[in-house]
Amino acid sequence: MFQRIIQLLLKEFLQLRRDRSARFRLLIPPIVQMLLFGYAATFEVFNVATVMLDQDHTQESRALVDSFVHSSRFELVAVADDRRQVQAAVESSKAQLGIVVPPGFAELLRKGQSAPLQVLVDGTNSNTALIALGYAGQISGAFGQTYAQDLAQRTGRALGRPLVSVKLEERYWYNPNLNSRWFFVPGVIGTLTLITIVNLTAFAIVREREVGTLEQILVTPIRPVEFIIGKTLPFFFIGLLEVSIVTAVGMWWFRVPFEGNLLVLLFGTCLFLISVLAIGLLISTLCKTQQQAFASNFFILNPMFILSGFSFPIATMPQALQWITYVDPLRYFLIIIRATYLKGVGIDILWPQMATLAALGFGLFGVAILRFSKSLD
Amino acid sequence: MSACAAVAIEVDGLEKRFGALTAVAGLSFSVRPGEIFGLVGPDGAGKTTAMRMLASVMRPDAGRIVIDGIDVLASPEQAKSHISYMPQRFGLYEDLTVDENIRFYADLFDVPARVWQARAEKLLAAADMTPFRRRLAGQLSGGMKQKLGLACSLVHTPKVLLLDEPTTGVDPLSRREFWQILYSLRSEGVAMLISTAYLDEAERCDRIAMLNAGTMMYCDTPAALKERMPGAMLEIITPDPRAAHDAVRGLPGVRGVLMVGTGIHVHVDSGERRTQIAAALTAAGIGIESLEEVAPSIEDLFLALLEQDGAGEGG
Ligand SMILES: Nc1ncnc2c1ncn2[C@@H]1O[C@H](COP(=O)(O)OP(=O)(O)OP(=O)(O)O)[C@@H](O)[C@H]1O
Ligand SMILES: [Mg+2]
Repeated sequence: MFQRIIQLLLKEFLQLRRDRSARFRLLIPPIVQMLLFGYAATFEVFNVATVMLDQDHTQESRALVDSFVHSSRFELVAVADDRRQVQAAVESSKAQLGIVVPPGFAELLRKGQSAPLQVLVDGTNSNTALIALGYAGQISGAFGQTYAQDLAQRTGRALGRPLVSVKLEERYWYNPNLNSRWFFVPGVIGTLTLITIVNLTAFAIVREREVGTLEQILVTPIRPVEFIIGKTLPFFFIGLLEVSIVTAVGMWWFRVPFEGNLLVLLFGTCLFLISVLAIGLLISTLCKTQQQAFASNFFILNPMFILSGFSFPIATMPQALQWITYVDPLRYFLIIIRATYLKGVGIDILWPQMATLAALGFGLFGVAILRFSKSLD
Repeated sequence: MSACAAVAIEVDGLEKRFGALTAVAGLSFSVRPGEIFGLVGPDGAGKTTAMRMLASVMRPDAGRIVIDGIDVLASPEQAKSHISYMPQRFGLYEDLTVDENIRFYADLFDVPARVWQARAEKLLAAADMTPFRRRLAGQLSGGMKQKLGLACSLVHTPKVLLLDEPTTGVDPLSRREFWQILYSLRSEGVAMLISTAYLDEAERCDRIAMLNAGTMMYCDTPAALKERMPGAMLEIITPDPRAAHDAVRGLPGVRGVLMVGTGIHVHVDSGERRTQIAAALTAAGIGIESLEEVAPSIEDLFLALLEQDGAGEGG
């Protein structure tokens, strides 16, 4: 049995070695996309539509509002009278960012204490929001620093800590430095792996069906399970290789520090790849030609991508869609890769995601094997 | 138990339905080791369906298949190592070379390297393909692809070879080599089941079975089948076969007319009818280059038998 699986594996690699376009598809698009995503994610943002609410009505609060207004990063689209208006403006997408100076802001500053600045963001475009949030931090930070220097000159005491702290009302992100590139790079790794490996697996099997070699192989003593293992195992290794390459680009090209344990990520990646291979296999059982496979890839991978939380936070989705995200393997892998990559979180915290991913993977694989055996009749 | 099996293939009451359509109905036959058994029949007769069930890629709805003493339905995996199946279009890996394709199939059947290498050499030499061993399968001609398919099918020395229209679209030279390989397998005791659209090929078989709409109508040696054909066969060479065909059809004693290249084959109830037919053609102004009684070909026979059957049903 092992002998036959190994022969299939060797054959697969031999074909891959000979197939220039497959090698190209395997390496170049992921790297190009990684670079594109990596750079696109850090594009500067200007004129973020902003709604402001000053509940403090002091000289200090007005000065802070002014420094936002005078920044080219923000464009004041409305001045609100109460918090409801701020929320409404952000929710209706009239503004992407809401800034609230709460009452008592100046009083805290005058005492030399840290004063909170509340920020609401429109999470549907988390990239812009994230960058805007970073600017808000910078501007309020600069404001706080100037104020502290003033205060020190007037009162003669120095302050060790920053004066103004930006408080996000709802946080979805792990990335403590508000660096969007850091946030995106791990997500890109997961997404690219999904797309490439599902494609390769589905195509490799559908091609055998199309050319007629599938039927030819199945009249030999090989069992369907052996065929499936021999056919998917190469792409498992290729998937690992791909994750390694793209991770390396992230670490050494974009200098996104890897905080966690590589073995934890490797384990999570293996679990993820089982789901990915199963999806590829499932697509191959539903399609007779490579063209059909291409079309269904589109219908399956796009929703998986959108529902994964890669660019749209799951918490802001309608409830029905949120339920669907629970069967999206990419959702769990993104949590795992972001948590290990950026926060250095280990299995002790990630085990629920790992367990779900394993259950999903083996479940999907079981269904795929059943469907595959049936599709042979 | 299998070594002394007097029959290599035994099929009994085989049946396959696709919805309302019965593709194979109650098919029974047996093939001895070293025998070439032909399956002939019009398109859709159920030849491919029958072969696929024998190769256990399709499950029958009823019936029994025993190959080399192994019940195929009960233990398909065990049977598969003795069977080779060449579908209508053999699936080759076009991005692998001739040698690599053969090697892959040898490995799937667990054939030791020394054994398959020797065998591949012999098979490729017989197929006149030795110079192309390193060529990619995708770059071979249609005939060479079929011969490579045969080599892949034979590399593990099967006891039963199932060939589904193996020579369709293959040039005559390759076809001859193909048949030479098949003949050489007789002495190895390989039982061969071959379906063919070429009736001249059917005549090369030891026995043939005629299939129509899923049912086996006749099964015998080509010679015996020809003998069964009642009446006689007249071959008329004429410059205008179509007109001759129309003129002769419907004359008394004429059972069937078949156009064959330069003339027509007329199936008559007795050789005595020749003068009558010649007169009718002359009356219609159709020239006759020759008119002879000939031994019927399988094609004639097939049509004659089909017609006879249709008449039987009608009356
Ligand atoms: N998978 C299938 N599903 C439905 N009907 C089928 C299937 N396979 C074959 N048939 C039908 O069964 C009948 C027998 O088909 P089969 O392919 O066995 O004929 P054949 O004798 O091999 O014909 P040909 O000379 O064209 O190859 C045909 O009517 C065909 O349409
Ligand atoms: Mg057929």
